[in-house]
Amino acid sequence: MERVSRRGFITSAGVGAIGAAALGGAEAETAAATVRAAGEPAPITLRVNGRARALSVLPRTTLLEALHEHLGLAGTKPGCERGECGACTVLVDGQTRYACQMLALEAEGHEVTTIEGLARGEQLSDVQKAFVAEDAMQCGYCTPGQVMAVEGLLRHEKDPSLDEIREGVSGNLCRCGAYAHIFKAAQRAAAARRNGGK
Amino acid sequence: MTDTRPWTETKVVGTAQPRIDAHERVSGSAVYARDLVLPDMLHAAFARCPHAHARVKKVDVSRALAMPGVRAILTADSPGAKLPFYFTPKGPLSWLFDPHCRHEGEEVAAVAAETIHEARAAAKAIAVEYEELPFVVDFEKALDPGAPALHEGGNRAGEPEKHERGDVAKGFAEAEAVVEMTFRTPCEIHTPMETHGSVVKWEGDRLIIHDTNQGVFDLRSAYAQYFQLPLGNVRVTSQYMGGGFGSKLEPGKYTLAAALLSRQTGRPVKCFLSREETFLCVGNRPPNLLKLKIGAKRDGTLTALQLVGVGTGGAYPEGSDAGYLASDLYLCPNVKIEETNVYINAGKARAFRAPGFPQGAWALEQAMDALALKLGLDPVALRLRNVPKVSQRRGGIPYFSTGLAQCLQDGAKAFGWEEARQRPRGSGPVVRGVGVAAGMWGWDGDPRGTAIVRYVADGSASLTTGASDIGTGTKTWMAMIVAEELGVPVESIHVDNADTDTTPYAVLSGGSQTVHVNSPAVRAAALDVKQQLLEMAAEQLKTDVASLELKDGVIADRSAPDKKVALKDLKPLQEQQTIVGVGRRRPHPKGKVGLPFVAHFAEVEVDTRTGEVRVLRLLGAHDSGRVMNRLTYQNQVFGGMTMGIGFAMTEDRVLDRNTGKMANANWHDYKIPTAKDVPPDFACLPVDLRDTEWNSTGTKGIGEPATIPTAPAIANAVFHATGIRVTETPINPTQMARLLAARKAGR
Repeated sequence: MERVSRRGFITSAGVGAIGAAALGGAEAETAAATVRAAGEPAPITLRVNGRARALSVLPRTTLLEALHEHLGLAGTKPGCERGECGACTVLVDGQTRYACQMLALEAEGHEVTTIEGLARGEQLSDVQKAFVAEDAMQCGYCTPGQVMAVEGLLRHEKDPSLDEIREGVSGNLCRCGAYAHIFKAAQRAAAARRNGGK
Repeated sequence: MTDTRPWTETKVVGTAQPRIDAHERVSGSAVYARDLVLPDMLHAAFARCPHAHARVKKVDVSRALAMPGVRAILTADSPGAKLPFYFTPKGPLSWLFDPHCRHEGEEVAAVAAETIHEARAAAKAIAVEYEELPFVVDFEKALDPGAPALHEGGNRAGEPEKHERGDVAKGFAEAEAVVEMTFRTPCEIHTPMETHGSVVKWEGDRLIIHDTNQGVFDLRSAYAQYFQLPLGNVRVTSQYMGGGFGSKLEPGKYTLAAALLSRQTGRPVKCFLSREETFLCVGNRPPNLLKLKIGAKRDGTLTALQLVGVGTGGAYPEGSDAGYLASDLYLCPNVKIEETNVYINAGKARAFRAPGFPQGAWALEQAMDALALKLGLDPVALRLRNVPKVSQRRGGIPYFSTGLAQCLQDGAKAFGWEEARQRPRGSGPVVRGVGVAAGMWGWDGDPRGTAIVRYVADGSASLTTGASDIGTGTKTWMAMIVAEELGVPVESIHVDNADTDTTPYAVLSGGSQTVHVNSPAVRAAALDVKQQLLEMAAEQLKTDVASLELKDGVIADRSAPDKKVALKDLKPLQEQQTIVGVGRRRPHPKGKVGLPFVAHFAEVEVDTRTGEVRVLRLLGAHDSGRVMNRLTYQNQVFGGMTMGIGFAMTEDRVLDRNTGKMANANWHDYKIPTAKDVPPDFACLPVDLRDTEWNSTGTKGIGEPATIPTAPAIANAVFHATGIRVTETPINPTQMARLLAARKAGR
């Protein structure tokens, strides 16, 4: 399907298929290839944490909803559902993304990594261990998103400065204010990773 | 067991211990109420009043009822829906669905549907006919003649709050220096990361509520009363909860609507608010106008303090008074405080981390700063001159310990206050300054509660407590106490909490009482287990129980070391397999009171071209008694100061004067501090006076004091840097640029 522009949507409002895609989210420009009527579920296959997961979702369904509600991956948290807080941060092809700002349809064909994908069995990842050691959490609700933001940062920057860390997690709100400990956790995780995962 | 001696030395308590539930929190496996899915569960959403003030004339649900997935709709006329809300001594002022909507977002109807999208779509499709009414959203105008009245009898919410001692006229006559200033603090919204909501189901006449709250037992009482059920028929849980800050202490309309919809449909119902709804309907910190006058002798001795305040708890009764600190933080014989609380067309306030105290500190601590300047005294020295040993507010009851002086002195030393104060502020466009502010928390808590320790034959243990762990690390320090007393490794102690069916009564987690109210009960429960083990050993070893001690899994006679038994060989223990120890909190000792004290120090940088203010470093010196867990204590201090940065610099509910509606009901427009707003340099300095009388753990509480004086410390630093006194929060570039421009223009 051709790219659907915002202008195109306005001039063709009411046309079922295009309207359905645009209704699903603000990012109509990047709407997925398969578009159905708004009320009709679409079968999709998501690659989540290395596994193919087949599900059937309404076109409006966000990646956050697909993960949290449909797949039971409840570690990806709804906080605002409008791209303000980062509680739903995941990696899409290794890039940090707000899962609430992406349609599930758009995530087809991409590799999605959630908080559940970091640990090996019950063995926590280096970033998760660093969060434990530095007490980089309070209520814990934003924590999976913070961990994913640090994971995303460290995949691109092996030795981030404090300013880069602050920038790297600045899209993730923590109302309890655990930021100071989150910075320490990021530094600890970076050091552990540089030292060969110890 | 209740009576225990205070600790002298500790091995586990006071160390830095990672949370016992950290694995669940970092792995994403912790289940919050927001995550909960029950079989056959429906989803609920509200229809809300879009106007600041309106009367509902007609509600037509016919179209909504016919929509896909809709299973039930509740309105004011539904059977059982007339549930009272917002109480005064004369009775309730409102209802679950009140046809008189007094603020934007008041609940008008609720829908249960198969999916949340269907529920929200149907809620939108409910046709409501409103008669719009004139409104008032500026609290300084709520008592003006002709201001629209929210309630019968006008907009005065009860009698003014007053505190008076001595004679302020005499005190000001004696003063050699007087400062008189007016301060304003706008409204702050809690916005916990997990929105408010519940998953509710009925099992016959038992009501099950999985919730995100700060006190399961208080809420159980409330819901039992709403549905006329015995307490035992109501279960409320809140094991993992995503933050509250005081906003999750009250019964939720979302819980009640879910319960009614669940009873009607015979299915579990989940009702969680959207982020936007939480800005309108589940509490806030009241905005205040505070006029403060302080008089002092030349040496800094305070002679009089007078505070006249106005504030608003919104459309319904909720205290907005901010005068506590002015009445009790510093020695002053002549004090007069009068505060008026008014109604406006905005959501009701709720308790918000140290209710009234950050507002009061904003005024008092800036006025003290101004007074120090006027007297030519150092701001730390002025405060030290007026440190009280008694609670004047309580008629002169002595404190068990007052760490205020140590917080100021030790804090100043650790911060490098004197050097920083002398340092040049900068000659270029970017200037630096430092500031200090002090505080205290004024509530000594509700000392009731029980803890149960189960000791298992292999030497592991578990603990049950009714207390909510609201992110403060409650479960972890509790496990540390059990580890301290019984020698069980912290990581092999499981803690079950906040479930009214399975845990013993605990008071709500709020008001900084959780540690100092519950820790003595937990300690007593562990000691009860220990006593039982020693008694078992005394019988088996045929010796006096008083000469026995438990160490490293072995009970031995101090006087005859060969008389000993390992716990694995203790016959009654191995027979019973589990020993249950019960600990209760005893009441506070009489005649004295224990309260936490604090001093915060801030260094800021102000760009005089743009009005941008950066906080470079913050130090919190706290007398909160004994530190239970160094890690979570420090986290509380930094978190409290971070919230203080929000109060000082970014947060401000904007009510549109043309529509009466909130203009920034989302996190994009209502700014809370991000990772880039906190300083790179945070320091935490505990001041522990080893109080042995107040309670058996020597604790006082840290949650509230950690946020009380941050904002005025920043404001005082901004003054030090620029000479500009910012009397109204937030100190954002918009305001700073205006103030800098005004100064330049000589205004």
